[in-house]
Amino acid sequence: MTTNFILAPIIVHFITAIILLCFWKKVLAQKIISVIGNSIAFILCVKLFELTLTNDYLVLQTGNWKAPFGITFISDTLSAIMVLLTGIVSLAVGIYSTSALNVSRIRFGYFFTFHLLIMGLLGAFLTGDIFNLYVWFEVVIISSFILMTVGGKKMQMEGAIKYVTMNILASSIFLTAIGILYGITGSLNIADIALKIQEVENKGLVTVTSLLFFVGFGIKSAIFPLYFWLPSSYHTTPSAIAAIFGGLLTKMGVYAMIRVFTIIFVPDNFTTILFIVIAVLTMLTGALGTLNKKNIRRILSYLIVCHIGYLIAGVGLYTELAFTAIIFYLIHDVIVKSNMFMITGVIVKIRESVDMTRLGSLLKDYPKFSMLAALVFLSLVGIPPLSGFWPKILLLKESFVQGNYVLLLTLILASFVTLFVIIRMWIEIFWKESPKPLTEEMDHFAPMPKSGKFALIAPIVFLTVVSLFIGFGANSIFKISEKAAYELKHKEIYIDAVMKTNT
Amino acid sequence: MELLLVILVGVLYSSGIYMMLRRSMVKLLIGIILLGNGVNILIFLMSGITKGKAPIIPADQTGFMGAYADPIPQALILTAIVISFALTAFALVLLKKAYTLTGTDDLDSLNIQDLDI
Amino acid sequence: MKKRENNIRPKLDTIILKTATNYLLPLLIMFSLFVLIRGHYLSGGGFVGGLIASIAFVLHSFAYNTKRTISLFRFRPLYLIPMGLSLSLFSGLLPFLISKPFMTSIWFLDSVAVIGAFGSALLFDLGVYLVVIGVVLTIIFTISENV
Repeated sequence: MTTNFILAPIIVHFITAIILLCFWKKVLAQKIISVIGNSIAFILCVKLFELTLTNDYLVLQTGNWKAPFGITFISDTLSAIMVLLTGIVSLAVGIYSTSALNVSRIRFGYFFTFHLLIMGLLGAFLTGDIFNLYVWFEVVIISSFILMTVGGKKMQMEGAIKYVTMNILASSIFLTAIGILYGITGSLNIADIALKIQEVENKGLVTVTSLLFFVGFGIKSAIFPLYFWLPSSYHTTPSAIAAIFGGLLTKMGVYAMIRVFTIIFVPDNFTTILFIVIAVLTMLTGALGTLNKKNIRRILSYLIVCHIGYLIAGVGLYTELAFTAIIFYLIHDVIVKSNMFMITGVIVKIRESVDMTRLGSLLKDYPKFSMLAALVFLSLVGIPPLSGFWPKILLLKESFVQGNYVLLLTLILASFVTLFVIIRMWIEIFWKESPKPLTEEMDHFAPMPKSGKFALIAPIVFLTVVSLFIGFGANSIFKISEKAAYELKHKEIYIDAVMKTNT
Repeated sequence: MELLLVILVGVLYSSGIYMMLRRSMVKLLIGIILLGNGVNILIFLMSGITKGKAPIIPADQTGFMGAYADPIPQALILTAIVISFALTAFALVLLKKAYTLTGTDDLDSLNIQDLDI
Repeated sequence: MKKRENNIRPKLDTIILKTATNYLLPLLIMFSLFVLIRGHYLSGGGFVGGLIASIAFVLHSFAYNTKRTISLFRFRPLYLIPMGLSLSLFSGLLPFLISKPFMTSIWFLDSVAVIGAFGSALLFDLGVYLVVIGVVLTIIFTISENV
């Protein structure tokens, strides 16, 4: 179905950003406008998801140019899932930021940049043009640079320089790959490239190009050996920003990788082995990195790296069931990781620290919040009825069926390390007695006004409910993931959708 | 001409990456700029260099006559230049800020976090 | 010590540049508008035009100082950005009225004196022009204030 509606969430975020620019330095107005914009965009994201599910896909040829010539926007099931997740997370984090962030940060255009970032993410998920994907990537990374560096302290600068350098390098590699791809196929439309690349005789060049894409997206999604910028930069940002980064930003790289390696390139034997090896190493390094850390945000950063490995492993297996598993995992991971970072933000508010050795006895002081956090922690581990369990078991099963025992062992090992680390975090933060005497001044949470507390806790409850729904309504999520995986494996659907709907 | 450009692209890429691997912040920035220019010339090169007219159909004709230049790479390069302009401006300010905070140009001195476990 | 600091930043205080700038500023802005409108069929357009216009202001700030240049504007150049962005977005949204895809070009009139054909593309370009001026001036003024 051809419709302008596909752009609606993007335009809403864009308009919100423009309006916010007119209210520069007016903190209260910024908060209100941002929450309204996020809510409208959220409703539109849900609507877009619904429309995509009923119509299989939505296509828009911007500027009324026919398919290979203009810029195409397409929403198939995978895009719609990502858009919905972005809508959910941006609403939650948007509300959370109104109370969690420093006023000075909001004055320096936090919300403006935030909406541009979300707009870039939505654009990247919806576009059907490889160069347009690059442009959206740039929108996202420039916004993320600003979010990361505003109010810079020394530690933040250090992480930011690594982050900026690696991301600029990744963009250059990505752009190089696009240039070569344009040289060999003469097209930029993803569907059109997919058709034309089959006729290219120089298969070696195609493989090299595909690996350039792999490296470019790999840096952005933090795979082994290109991940080191992530653990040294994500934990320096405030929790609201880390929630967006940890939940959505790295997943954008994975999304692009899934898209490119299903529609444009069909990995040969060498590439799939490379994927599996990289996935195994990513999981191992990420898991081992968590073990000796004391800062809970740093542990979470390494867990992000570790769990990116799961997703890459699914791409490496390259079967329909594996894709189902990783799309399911993606849905679970985006929600839970954002939630985890927001919880660390509340912990900082309560105890002024994210160092595990200095935390403790939260269960005694805040039993309700602790139970909420426990639910999220256990979802991340994947205790059976909760959301992490189903995709993990699917992925384990698929790697067993494929006879990939090294991968199977690594997956199990990584899951156990995750379990171990999460349990340790739980014991250290919530259970054990606080090592130092607690004073009233340390707790910045209790003296907050009711509305401030609500804005901090409501998003966490909201995301927890979503992740509970993923766990208990696993059947419907599985069906949607299965549909997305089916579309990925049968790329004719995508190509036909783009090429045949010329209005 | 094409061979010359190919060599130029190679030189820009290699010197750009070499500069990025140095320890100085300024050299890092120069490396980023060189790499960006290398990518732009690569895109320009990939479209194939043709001697022809600008790709605009004259008012009295309905289609292209003869050879014309491929407009897409130029549009891509323009976009990429704008983006790299923004990125460079940002990186410049960031590095200056980092310099005022740390008082050193040495990137190795920015490794405190990875030392602590 | 104080003397040295003064030596690091020599002031570009020449009467020639100041006098020339007084005439060059309007000329350059007019040229930038010319480039903007020319952009339909010939080389030019909003981006280049915006850069030329912002260079005119940068020249002015060289000749006098940044404060004087900012006082040329009634509002901060930052506010040019939302104006330009909304103008561009508006031109993209216009085709929604006739239920065509986003950013379809619409030509309003056959031709207007001086400007020539007038359509939504020109509106878009005008938006880009304003955004470029706003962004460049904001960046340059911010950097020059901090140096």
